[in-house]
Amino acid sequence: MTVLARSSSVALGRLPRPGTVLAGGFVALVVLAAVAPGLLTSDTPTQIDLTNALAPPSWEHPFGTDEAGRDLLTRVIHGTGLSLGIGLGATGVSMALAIVLGAAAALAGGVVDTLITRLLEVTFAFPSLLAALLIVAVFGPSVTTSIVAVGVGSMPGYARMVRGQVLAVKESGYIEAAHALGHRPWRVFRQHLLPNAMRPLVAVVTLGVGQSIVWASSLAFLGLGVPPPSPEWGALLDAGRGYITTSWWLAIMPGLVIVLFAVAVTSLGRTLQQRLEGAAR
Amino acid sequence: MSTAAPAPAARLRRIAGKLLSAVLVLLVAASITFFVQLLLPGDRATVILNIRNGRDQQWPAEEIAAINHQFGFDRPLIVQYLDYLAGLLRGDLGTSYTEFRPVTAVIGAQLLPTVVLTVGALVVAWLIAVTVTLLTVRRGRILGGIGAAFEAFTASLPHYWVGMLLLVAFAVQIPIFPVIGGDTPAGTVLPVLTLAVPLSGFLGQVLREEFHKVLDQPFITTARTRGMSDAAVRLRHALRHAVLPGITLSGWALGALVSGSVIAESIYGRPGIGQVLVTAVNNRDVPTVAGIVLVVAAVYIVANVLVDLAYTLVDPRLRIS
Repeated sequence: MTVLARSSSVALGRLPRPGTVLAGGFVALVVLAAVAPGLLTSDTPTQIDLTNALAPPSWEHPFGTDEAGRDLLTRVIHGTGLSLGIGLGATGVSMALAIVLGAAAALAGGVVDTLITRLLEVTFAFPSLLAALLIVAVFGPSVTTSIVAVGVGSMPGYARMVRGQVLAVKESGYIEAAHALGHRPWRVFRQHLLPNAMRPLVAVVTLGVGQSIVWASSLAFLGLGVPPPSPEWGALLDAGRGYITTSWWLAIMPGLVIVLFAVAVTSLGRTLQQRLEGAAR
Repeated sequence: MSTAAPAPAARLRRIAGKLLSAVLVLLVAASITFFVQLLLPGDRATVILNIRNGRDQQWPAEEIAAINHQFGFDRPLIVQYLDYLAGLLRGDLGTSYTEFRPVTAVIGAQLLPTVVLTVGALVVAWLIAVTVTLLTVRRGRILGGIGAAFEAFTASLPHYWVGMLLLVAFAVQIPIFPVIGGDTPAGTVLPVLTLAVPLSGFLGQVLREEFHKVLDQPFITTARTRGMSDAAVRLRHALRHAVLPGITLSGWALGALVSGSVIAESIYGRPGIGQVLVTAVNNRDVPTVAGIVLVVAAVYIVANVLVDLAYTLVDPRLRIS
């Protein structure tokens, strides 16, 4: 009986939980919307219908319509590509910076390590949004600035993790073996050290994409990101907030999509993290 | 008592070390904000003249020279840098590109409403987190699950979404609070909640984990066998231990609170440094933006040193090491 119970619970453990399935489904839907928006909606995001302006959510227009009668759900679907692109781009920028700084600190050690570690400590004192705003002030708002600003703003946390991972991996036997076999340092770094150091960070990067989209949309919400009339999610927030007291759906619905995406990505990242930790044990 | 004797000297040395490193961190932070200002694309005097006149054009050499002289751009970089640092010591954050006034004057009176907002939000977030945790942790699967789900959900909500939801719900649909509240007490409630709700989720997650650990400790069992009621055990013993990591997190949360207050002030049209900041970024008034960012970084650094020192005082184990 106990054996049976145990084996069934093991089998259950391998099945993904309903929450994970739901989260995975939503993320898949978002990716589909980014790659092929035409599959999810036959309408165009610029279809103007003034007789139907500012209509509240209904079966015909699940997210309602905007001041020009454009269907909001269609616009959200068509804005997905740019939003996801900004999120991925920003995460890419911060990971690239983090790998350079974190790996340099861990591999060089000594004064370099102390300097980089202290510098990262200082950057923690700059809240992500404020650091991003400073960068926007210097370079002016644009898609590129949003990507760089959000990427730089969220870099310190990643850099610290990369440093810790590289430190942990560089003493491993297989790294020593690779050196002993006479491989060049750069090859050891690229083929052995970096992949092994980064593997546990896959989950963190997943979480990061969700966070990056939230930060980038915050910039746009303040009117300092991608400007309207782009259907990018943040730009929709910026355009919709002017109508918040009369037509709430214009800002709340795109916000809801961002929230759901962030929650879904976070939950997937957590599951991934548990799997990876389980596999490591 | 004999172990307490060498403690004060060690503690003083520890405190002095902390303060010294905080000063170094401040110096580096100030250097970052100085050098970031140099990244402004193009000639700075031209940029300032363009911003001021709302045009993009070439300006006569004498006008450029006048601006360069006024802002000191004609001096060697190292002199500008040292002058900036010396200015900071006197409480001078530089001159605004758009308002011709010192940055401190631009920030000036706007600081207080933001402090009220962030401190209020921190207090309310703690109240929500402690209440939810006390009521739901170890109260069966369903109640505990609801509590944990509430925390995980609220923790991942962006400030702008909470702010707009509260605005639509409690200022438009059920008009209890004003839509644009200024810094009146009634107008402060919704902005405070906007910041407090996501933060309470973060704090709650930490509190819950600590509660789970603490409630398994032997001293809890001892207290229970003495006949102490469950409520008293939670309040008097468990809460005390669970709160410590939350305090560290609060120091860290200051950054998130300031980021959030930029959003909340923008939604509710509330005066504060967030509003000044957004206006300054729009006008590309880099010295004002850099000044505000530096002030916030300084507050963050000082707050974290204080949290660190408070720990040293609260936790006897840290006095020696």
